[in-house]
Order: sequence, then C-alpha cells, then structure tokens
Amino acid sequence: MDVIELQAILAKEQHHPHYLLQMLRLVQEKENYISPQVMSFFAEKLNIPLTKVQGVVDFYSLLNTTPRDYHILFSNNIIEQLQGKEQLMKQLMSKLGVELGKVRADNRVCIDNTSCIGMSDQGISVLVNGLTITNLDEQRISEMVDLIEKKIPVSQWNAQWFEVKDNIQRKDQLLSTDFIAGSVLDKMKNNTADQIMEILKVAGIRGCGGAGFPLDSKWDFCRQTPADERFVVCDADEGEPGTFKDRILFQSYADLVFEGMTICAKIIGAKQGFLYLRGEYRYLLDSLEKILEKRRDQNLLGTAILGDSNFDFEIKIFMGAGAYICGAETALIESLHGNRGVPRRRLPYPVHQGYNKKPTVVNNVETFCLAVKALQMGGETFAKLGTEQSHGTKLLSISGDCKKPGIYEFQYGVSVREVLESCGADISNIQMVQNSGPAGNSLSPEDFDRKIAFEDVSTTGSIMIFNKDKDLLEVIQNFANFFVHESCGFCTPCRVGTSIIKNLVNKVRKGRGSNVDLKEMQDLSILIRNAAHCGLGMTATNHISDTLKKFPQIYKERLHNSESLHPTFDLDAALEDARQITHRQDAAAHLSA
Amino acid sequence: MTKKLKVATASLAGCFGCHMSILDIDEKLIPLSELIEFDRCPITDVKKIGKCDIGIIEGGVCNAENVHVLKEFRENCTILIAMGACAINGGVPALRNHYSLKDCLEESYLNGIGLENAQIPNDPEIPLLLNKVHPLHEVVTIDYFLPGCPPSADAIWTFLNELLSGEAIKLPYQALHFD
Amino acid sequence: MENIITIDEQMIPFKTGQTIMDAAMEAGVYIPHLCHNPEFEPHGSCRVCVVKVNGRMMSSCTTKATAGQKIENNTPELQENRRCLTQMLFVEGNHVCPGCEKSGNCQLQAVAYYTEMLSPRFQHFYPYRELDPTHPDVIIDFNRCILCELCVRASRDIDQKNIFAMSGRGIKAHLIINSPTGKLGDTDLNVNDKAVQVCPVGAIIKRKQGYMNPIGERFYDQAPIDEMGDIAEPHAGAKHHD
Repeated sequence: MDVIELQAILAKEQHHPHYLLQMLRLVQEKENYISPQVMSFFAEKLNIPLTKVQGVVDFYSLLNTTPRDYHILFSNNIIEQLQGKEQLMKQLMSKLGVELGKVRADNRVCIDNTSCIGMSDQGISVLVNGLTITNLDEQRISEMVDLIEKKIPVSQWNAQWFEVKDNIQRKDQLLSTDFIAGSVLDKMKNNTADQIMEILKVAGIRGCGGAGFPLDSKWDFCRQTPADERFVVCDADEGEPGTFKDRILFQSYADLVFEGMTICAKIIGAKQGFLYLRGEYRYLLDSLEKILEKRRDQNLLGTAILGDSNFDFEIKIFMGAGAYICGAETALIESLHGNRGVPRRRLPYPVHQGYNKKPTVVNNVETFCLAVKALQMGGETFAKLGTEQSHGTKLLSISGDCKKPGIYEFQYGVSVREVLESCGADISNIQMVQNSGPAGNSLSPEDFDRKIAFEDVSTTGSIMIFNKDKDLLEVIQNFANFFVHESCGFCTPCRVGTSIIKNLVNKVRKGRGSNVDLKEMQDLSILIRNAAHCGLGMTATNHISDTLKKFPQIYKERLHNSESLHPTFDLDAALEDARQITHRQDAAAHLSA
Repeated sequence: MTKKLKVATASLAGCFGCHMSILDIDEKLIPLSELIEFDRCPITDVKKIGKCDIGIIEGGVCNAENVHVLKEFRENCTILIAMGACAINGGVPALRNHYSLKDCLEESYLNGIGLENAQIPNDPEIPLLLNKVHPLHEVVTIDYFLPGCPPSADAIWTFLNELLSGEAIKLPYQALHFD
Repeated sequence: MENIITIDEQMIPFKTGQTIMDAAMEAGVYIPHLCHNPEFEPHGSCRVCVVKVNGRMMSSCTTKATAGQKIENNTPELQENRRCLTQMLFVEGNHVCPGCEKSGNCQLQAVAYYTEMLSPRFQHFYPYRELDPTHPDVIIDFNRCILCELCVRASRDIDQKNIFAMSGRGIKAHLIINSPTGKLGDTDLNVNDKAVQVCPVGAIIKRKQGYMNPIGERFYDQAPIDEMGDIAEPHAGAKHHD
C-alpha cells in the first residue's frame, strides 16, 4: 500500500489514535493483510509505540500479517459444523491445495476457521475477504475454486451468494412496528429528559445483552454523574454463537436503533455516539452509513436536531475486527480507544467512567429498539407486555434441529416448549437446547415448561436445538474450543483454564478419560467461574458444569474402563514419528492403550 | 512384628540422581529396612515387579519401554509415587519437547560432530521413543508426588516414614523444593 | 465501625481509597500475589490474590476496601484455588526449576511452596518459546514469563521507555519488545531500569549474576514467602512480626 493511500486512511480517521483499529481494518479490507511497513507508518504518524500497533493487530482475529489474495474464514458455529461444514472446508482446501490456516505458496489463498459469523440460520457460511457468503454447497465450492484460480475479484463473484435473508418467522410488537424515522424523536420533542425517563421507568425495560440491567437505572446513573461530556454506545458486537438478531435489526429496522441511540443522547446529554459493529457484519456497513446520512439530511442527526438548538448528536460506526470479548462493555470501550479488547476492572462502571473516562451508556442493539418502542406505545402499554418482572418482547435467534430456523419475537413469559413448537422442532426427539450460546445454559427436556424471562430462563436470544442423533460431546468440544479462541488472555484462570478444559473434553471424547477427569472438569469449572477477571471467564465453563449435571451419561459412556491408566495422549500414535524414522513395524514398535 | 511392606523402584527418563538420593539416606536405611523390603529395584537387580505396597518412580516417560514399566508398576503397586522433577514435570529430558523427534534424532545421530557411518539406530532391541516426553501423571494415576532435583535424602526419608506410619505427609519448608 | 475490615477475623484498618491488598500489606497480612507490586497500578491478572469478600470471590489487589468487609483469606478453599492457579502457570510455560538461575529467588516458585503445590496436576503445554540473548546485560527467557505485565508497567510508567508490551490473544498472549527487530538488544534498555528489577520470575534476568548464592542461602531458602515478601521489594507484603 502506498503512502498516499495510507495518508488518506489517516485523514479519513482524523489522525486519531483511538481510530487505530479502524485504520488497520481499512488496510486489511484493501490488501487482505497488514504489513510491517504499515504498522510502522501508523506507529510513527499516531506517535504511539510500534508494539501497541502490533499488539492490536495480533489481538483481533480478522486482521492478518502476511499477504494473500483471498482470505476465507469458515464459520465455526456448531450448527454449521453439524450440517457438514468440515467436509465442505476440506473439499475447498484439497481442491485449492492448501492446509488449514496456512497461506498457499503463491500467496493466493488462505483458509481458516472463525467463530460464529451470525449466519447459523443460513446454511454453511464463510467470510471471503471480509464479506459474507451463505448457503455454501458443493456446487458453490467448485465454482469458488475456479474464481480463485482465475483470480477474479470478490466484487465480481455471483451476487446471489452474498444474499443474507432476514428470515423473520414470528413478529410481535417490536418487529411489527410500522416505524417512520424521526417519529419518536418528534413525539418526544417537547418533553424534558425527566419526562421521557418517567415513561421509560414505567415501561421497565431491561437490557437485552444478557445481564438484564434496568435501562432506566443505567441511563439515570449516567446522566446524574457530573461531567462535561457523555457518550452513547450501541453494542452490536453480537458474537454469541447462534445469535443473529442484530443482523435483522440492522437490515430492516436500523432506524429504530439509531432513533434509540439519539433519544438516549437527548436524555443523558451526549453529543457523540458510537455504533460498535462486529467486523463479521461488514456487509451491513454501507447500508448503515447511508441510513445515517439520510438521518442527517432529515435533521435527525447532526446539529440542532429537529430544530432544538441544545440538541447536537453524531453517530460514528466503529467496526470491530473479530473478538467476541468486545461484546463485554468494558472490553468494547477499550476497543473504542483503539486498544486490545481487554476488559477493564469491574469498577468504575462505564456509566461513571466509560469512553474517554466520561459517563457512558452502553446498551445492546435490541435494548435501544425497545426504548423507542416503549416511547411509541407508551410506558404503561409496554409494561403490560411480558411478565411482571420481564416487560416487553424478546427476539430469539433459533437454529439447529427445527423446520424453520430464523428470528422469532415472543413476549417474555412464553414457555420453552411453545417456542420449540412454533419453530417446528420435533420435541420428543430433542436431546438438548442450548440457550444463550456456549456461555449460557443447557436445557434438557425437563426444562421445556420453564418460561423465557429474566426470572426463569434468562436469554440473550440464541437458541440452538440438538436432536438425539447429535453427539453432544462434539457440541461441548465446539463450545470449549470457542472459549479457547475467544479468551483475551489477560487472566490466568480463563487464559490457561479454558485450554485445560478443552484438552480434558478431547480426552474424554477420544475414550481416554476417567472419573478423575470428570471430577477435574467439575472442579475447574467452579474455579474458573470464581477466579476469572470478567464475565467471559465467569461463564466460559457453564456448558461444562451444566452438561455434567444434566447429561452425565454422555461423558460416562465414553470413559476408559481403567481408573488408573488414563493417558492424556494416544500412546500408539505417540510412537508414529519414531516408527517412520526407523522404519520399524515390529510388535515392540506399538503400544496398546 | 508386622509384615514388611514391599517397595519397588525404577528410573525411567531420569538420571538416577533420585536413586542416588535414596542411597544418601545412608545409615538410616537400616532402620528403614526393618519396615520395608525391596522388590524390583536397581539395588536388588530384580527385573520383574511383583505385588507391592509402594512403587517409587524416578524420571518421566520418554519411550515405549517406559510406558510398559509404568503400567506394570501401576498394576502392581497399591501406592505409586512420582519422585523428582522429571517424574513430575518431565524435567530436563522434556526440553526436547520443543523440537520434533526427527530433528532431535538427526541432530544426535546424523548431523552431530565427529560421527562416522552416521545412522539413526533402528534395532528392535532398542525401545522406540515417544514423540514427546511426559510426566508420569499424564499416563497413569499417581498417588503421591515428591518434588526435588533430586529430593534430598532427608526429604525422602521423612516422606517414607510419614507414609509408613500412616500420618498425613507434611514436609518441613526446607525439604520441599523444585530444584 | 469506621474504616476497618476484617481479614480472617483480624481487624485491619484502612485509609479511604486503599485496596484490600494495600490494607493487608500495610497491616502485615500476607495475601499471595504475583502480578501485584505496590509501586504500580493494580493489575488483577494473575488472580492468585483472590479472596472472599462478604462471600464473593474478588481480587484483593483491585477491590477497594470498604468499612465492614468480612474477608476470608487463608482458608483451605482459597489456598486450593491459589494452588490451582499456580499449577496453571507452571503448565502454561516451561518452568524448569533445576535449570533456572532464578530458582530460590522466584516468586512463582515461592507461591507454589506456600500453597503446597507438589505436582503440576494438569497436562503440560510445553510451548515453544524463544530466548532473547541479544542484550549485553540482560537476558529475556520467554519460557518463564507469566504475563504479569510488571515489566510493561515499569517500562511505561517509570522508565518512560515503553520497551515491553502485550501481543496475541488467549493462550497465545505473549510479551513483545519494542524495537525494529523485536529484539531486546535493539532497545535502549539499561540494566538499571525499573523494568529489569521487577520480574517476579526468571523471565528477565541480569547477566553475570546467576547462582550468586548457593542452594540453602537463597532468598526463599530462608523462609516462606509469607515471611520473606516479594523478591523485587523484600519484605513488602510479608506478614509482620511482633
């Protein structure tokens, strides 16, 4: 990349060190890698240590440091894995003559895995040079090989491949909203912040990101913290495997999100907002920019919004670059500063010291939409939706063993069984339902009469269904691998413990485990939960403790019959190198387990 | 007088330093021998292990023969003890784990200085090497660990006495060390 | 009661703004720690100092003391946690104590002794890591690095040189060096820099100073770490004697 192009990127991102990740992402988008020269350039121009740039590049998994024309990342979601993703990936690798994660000698192509890209209802999916391709099959793989060998730019590939359907299967209050951009801002135009907050308090909205923190308290804490500046951040780093609701909200309801952020800004007195969009949703960026532009034209963003000279607000879209941890609000804030996405200490909370150490509201995409909905329909009407403790509706991203995967909107209080019925799952045939992704909880049929609500089955919206024909240990291994890939590496229990858990699951899966290993998994799950620095670590072993408790037989039936001999490795395979080197095949050249 | 406890010892991928440390118990071995008798052990030169109460193993697992010996010990000993750094974490032999077996063998037998008729040994009499060196607990269940490189004679003596007396084993601070 | 916390039934006074670790250190109550050094901003990454505050697990180095906190510290449960975390650090790197010149003066080893760690418990990772011998006075051996980031903090906050930084993610997280070659020899590190003094393990070591004291006379040969304190700052964090 030449200096002029780099200068242009610097200028576009205002020479601001906080936008380092944005600059790097632009380089990656253009060149598919970030060279040492580029890193040195930014270090020098932004006056930051080179190691800071290197540390950031090395943290975010969508950034590369070696050249390639095509960078293909398969979504490593368990749903797609069970649909045959491995086979398709192997086909592609063998046809192109590449090894997993290694760039082909001619620098043409590299194929690797990445964590769920939010397409688990769209068949097998990949990111090619950052863009999403869905519904992969053998036909598409063959054609793809051809395009790559002929070096046809991705922009000229079949446009159909890049289609991402909304897949809305059930609408309730939120998704059936007929929304005109600016209408709620207009409705609230003459209301004071206190008056709007009063409506939101009555509505009783709770955050949709997982913790269920009351929206009105969060906004109140933020606006009541003395400061000269405040910020609104929309957390659209939806990385929980199996969730894809934000994708739909941005594809078809983006004005609701932006309106919610703008209302929040009006209440807390923020002039700047950020939409932190996960890098995997790069394909949404251009349309979102257009919507923002339109809102500026309509005076719904910018200075003196709707003629109110005291109301200026801008939204910048900040792209992530492949880090699940950045969905955690303090890691997200670190990322907004152009840093590695390492979560901050628990205190102070972002509502007191967030972006730029100023009071900051961080809310989930869906939460902002609900705020708009509540203001549109009135707090009392909204509060009647759902249950006593969980008001409103919830978007569920359903995938796996069911007839109609997709987005389902239900009022809180719906039973798990009703949800499963509506998506056409064969209930008597279900083995497990994983709620809220690998960090959530594992539901067995005994849980199906429980309610989806904060007070019972609390959910981020990811619902993955596994029938009895599925190997649950394969599912658990996938989840364990996910946390190894996504741990930020800051604290000991999560950094090291997730790898130990992964190895133990693998050991049991390979038939070498013992009861000692199961006890170890149980003990470690508790230790990691208790000792980890942040929410990722604290929930990284939920899938282990849950399944050990609810599905003990899936482990027990795989145990080695000896309690004393339980090698961590395959004894005979460990001699293979030596056999090859010495060309020996005699009896002593083998070991049995 | 109660029956003497049977003890077996072996050195796998170690340097026999831990066994030297056992010998270093010196004159206190005499009262100890009132309580125990050695089965398979470099001291007795017994090659085949019988049923034992206690097995003590020095060194990690680096080859096929080590695996066989370790399995035999586990099957025949009520209590199995990993003694010394190598048995516990692979120790110095495990430094080769950072390189491929091929590189190690080629460096030693093909590319080393002063070799004539260089070739990698492949006699069936020689146990095949595992691609990595492993501590004992990665292969079998270990009941007790006694660290040190080697553990001092005092540490071994205290450890065995407490074990034989059935007390909870608690080494004095100075006796517990990893080097 | 004003500004008093209790740690294992012992009443400990604190000043407003102090962390539980600060208060404990000042009162001579030892809470095991590896990434903490009172001269630097608390970090909270090693998690060895996790205590139970009113029944909830919290790292004592990053949690502010507040009046009336009931804190459990030296309990079998917490000692077991700390042993487990220490074991994790041992299997994650390549800690070959018999061949390490920091042995006997190493805080990781001392915490292992203190928590009565006899085995590594887990499967060893045996990662391949380089050693960087390019600097005339200092060697960095990444095999022994426990990612406490004390050198990062010291070089940034005290030496003002920003020589060390973190890179990678998860189990691949590692220390990197700020020079065009990534080698220590191409930095302006001086052997007297704070960053060279603070390493709790044998990752950053001064040349020509190994094995200065014979076995039996090294720092932690004398007494356990709860009496000796940190190696970088002898007696800091150690329990007080009457």
